[in-house]
Amino acid sequence: MRIVEKRQLMSADEIRRTLERLAHEIVENTGGAKDLALIGVRRRGIPLAERLAKSIRASSKAEIPVGTLDITLYRDDLSTVAPQPVVQSSEIPFPVDDRDLLLVDDVLYTGRTVRAAMNGLFDLGRPRRIRLCVLIDRGHRELPVEASFIGRAVETTDAEIIEVRLNEIDKEERVMVMDRVD
Amino acid sequence: MSHRFRHLLAIEPLTREQITFLLDQAKPFQEFQRYPLKKLATLRGKTVALTFFENSTRTKISFATAASRLGADQMNLQAESSSLKKGESLSDTVLTLEAMKPDAIVIRHSSSGAAEFISHRVDVPVINAGDGTHEHPTQALLDALTIRDRAGALGNCKITIIGDILHSRVARSNIHLLSKFGARITLCGPAMWLPRELDSLAPGVHRVPRLEEAVEGADVIMALRIQQERLHEPSLSADEYILRYQLTPGRLRLANPNAIVLHPGPMIRGLEIDPAVADSLQSCILEQVTNGLAIRMAILFELIAGSAEPQEQTKDSPHAAH
Amino acid sequence: MLLIKNGRVLDPTSNTDARLDVLIDKGRIAKLAAGISAADALVLDATNCIVAPGFIDLHCHLREPGQEVSETIESGAQSAARGGFTAICPMPNTQPVNDNASVTRSIMERAAAVSPVRVWPIGAASKESKGEQLADISAMQQAGAVAVSDDGKPVATARLLRQVMDYCGPLDLTVIDHCEDSSLAAGGVMREGPRSIRLGLKGMPAAAESICAGRDIEIAALTGARLHIAHLSTRGSLEHVREAKRRGLAVTCEVTPHHFTLIDEDVQYDSRFKMNPPLASRDDRDALLEGLADGTVDAIATDHAPHHPASKDVEFDRAPFGITGFETAIALALEQLVHTNRISLMRMVELFTTGAARVLGLSQKTERKLAEGSGADITIFSTDRAWTYRAAESPSRSRNTPFDNRDFRGGPVATIVAGKIVYQA
Repeated sequence: MRIVEKRQLMSADEIRRTLERLAHEIVENTGGAKDLALIGVRRRGIPLAERLAKSIRASSKAEIPVGTLDITLYRDDLSTVAPQPVVQSSEIPFPVDDRDLLLVDDVLYTGRTVRAAMNGLFDLGRPRRIRLCVLIDRGHRELPVEASFIGRAVETTDAEIIEVRLNEIDKEERVMVMDRVD
Repeated sequence: MSHRFRHLLAIEPLTREQITFLLDQAKPFQEFQRYPLKKLATLRGKTVALTFFENSTRTKISFATAASRLGADQMNLQAESSSLKKGESLSDTVLTLEAMKPDAIVIRHSSSGAAEFISHRVDVPVINAGDGTHEHPTQALLDALTIRDRAGALGNCKITIIGDILHSRVARSNIHLLSKFGARITLCGPAMWLPRELDSLAPGVHRVPRLEEAVEGADVIMALRIQQERLHEPSLSADEYILRYQLTPGRLRLANPNAIVLHPGPMIRGLEIDPAVADSLQSCILEQVTNGLAIRMAILFELIAGSAEPQEQTKDSPHAAH
Repeated sequence: MLLIKNGRVLDPTSNTDARLDVLIDKGRIAKLAAGISAADALVLDATNCIVAPGFIDLHCHLREPGQEVSETIESGAQSAARGGFTAICPMPNTQPVNDNASVTRSIMERAAAVSPVRVWPIGAASKESKGEQLADISAMQQAGAVAVSDDGKPVATARLLRQVMDYCGPLDLTVIDHCEDSSLAAGGVMREGPRSIRLGLKGMPAAAESICAGRDIEIAALTGARLHIAHLSTRGSLEHVREAKRRGLAVTCEVTPHHFTLIDEDVQYDSRFKMNPPLASRDDRDALLEGLADGTVDAIATDHAPHHPASKDVEFDRAPFGITGFETAIALALEQLVHTNRISLMRMVELFTTGAARVLGLSQKTERKLAEGSGADITIFSTDRAWTYRAAESPSRSRNTPFDNRDFRGGPVATIVAGKIVYQA
């Protein structure tokens, strides 16, 4: 079974413009942004969160702290994910209590990652509010999770895979829809 | 991706990469010990069988806490067994374990080879918590983690291990581990507990009979506990041991000024280690305990959380998971 | 009548090495010549096989009376026949210990009823082998014992060994000792050395054996009686024996097949590698090979020590010492000694026949020869037939051997006792 590219969803340029738009939306919809903190969900949520913070700083001069969260220990599907899961550090260098947190991830699909991320955040304290920002929402939710900020919503089938490539990790920048072929 | 670990029976067969992987995996668990809420649901529904045949409070509590913090349940199989007492043989324990089918077995036993014995007869991941005088792999891993954090890269270290090396599984596991990274290992202790064959146990090992010479320039000093029974053998009195082998402040000064002191515990203050040294800033003994918890959580996670077979790509596999 | 045809006859007593047929009648060798024909004889084709006098195993454990779950005289003897042995010498460490005539007699009677091979018991040297009082040595000899030993342990003290040897001298009985200095060896489960350190198993130093061998040889010199060192396994002990022979003392020794095949580095956490004396260092094993070649070693004996599976399937420390050995002895001797050109086939036959007989003292009963008129105890073996040893197929009640599933080239083909075929492959 192989994975082949079906079509490109977003080019590097489209990603950049989308993130800029998201940064503006976030500032507009967060009264004051004074308690706001971004939490990038490992892996690709992290560079996205950093870019959003940079963009917000550039446009509104607000310094938004960024934390990183590894959700491996909170997954509900460990035995099916990989034969030998690897756990990495989370780094949230600010207190979580009473904070306005914005989780940032690349793709929202079943919602399980977000559920795990919330569990992880609650282990650290009691945030005032948690919202979600994603680059792509591809539907097919299995849990009652919604994103407040969506880069692009896409209709997909179960057989398709959304691949996000970011310079910081993949040395290229685009989003594709992939297909499983035998 | 191939399955890296089925059991953790010994350090000797592991590669540098495998050991580094385990040490790296322990880091997030080190941080976890600082969280306000130290309870995960990662291994919820899983059971860890703690089969401790030797009295051991600290290691047992460490494994129990590790399992508990990961959300796993524990099964306690206890039995009195020493070389003097003819209790149940391990084969009887095997039958019990087979019937209960835990998700992992942690075993400490007075016979060398006991962990391997169990792993050949029960189809469950086995963690060796100390088998006779053979190995104590999690101790060596937590020691390595402590050394790496406090004294720098393992390969650059000069380590001195003091005590009854012949009968120490902690020493053997540490020797195997540190040698794989190219560390320089000096062994010191009373001659009847420091046989010549130790030199060929692993590369980079040599024996030095005098403690003053052995600790000179050391970056890490590991004082082993002296089992009281050994002092009753026709060999050495406690006073002789203290005179020649106790780690005192004076002897510690002969080491590298930044040297750290490790001890696997429990210590006999005033016997193998001077209380002033045990409580000094150079002593990492408490950190070893925290690191022990982190390493054991990492190992339980590694052995239990993964599946037995590599899974084909499904909705839930890495490409799709969100 | 039985006619063995086309075999290569090797007889150390007459130094015969020739293609000869052997005609057997009424339990004796009737004719020994080339090209015999006998119309109403049962023919045993020994083409490409060696035809030798019947092999003796000087050292084995049959566990009966008392431990029949591991072995009986019947099952052990059947295994021995399958291994090519025509006579076996069971050690006295049964339950009760064979330290008096009635136990010796019961063993002899049982053997007469069920054993396909000759059973020559070794009686205890001391009562219950406790090392305090002399056993009823003379009475046991009259009942059939061929030597004395406290095997399983050394004869406890030099003083007792002297008394035993003084007593056995005029009786023309050999004293066989399991050489081990208990204070040095105590608690040990394998040979002390790099491997024992690596495995974390308590070791018995080689000196524990050689110190005791040295002691025993001095007592032999003091008393002039015959001393045989059982399962010798170290260079140190071998050198003591070599020196003793040079001095003209009546000292002999035996080596087991596992000691000339395996070494301490082969030991795993598997009780099939646990025996006493333990597997020795490479250097000790090399010394044994030299001794087998140069005549210092008198005999190969198996020390067949069966233990039923449940008792051996325990952690190494806890397992009893010993492995089985009847059925792999010839194959291992061929593999390690003959195929490697270390010794000749004639020498190998000697180690299993005349060498063993001389240890017990040559007599009409023990003598091993192929000559017209002599008793027809014959061992026929192949030097090149490929086969695989499978412990599960053995008539022994035990399976404790490190050689299970080992491929061999050469092995027992037929075993004849008093003119009757007791085993045929």
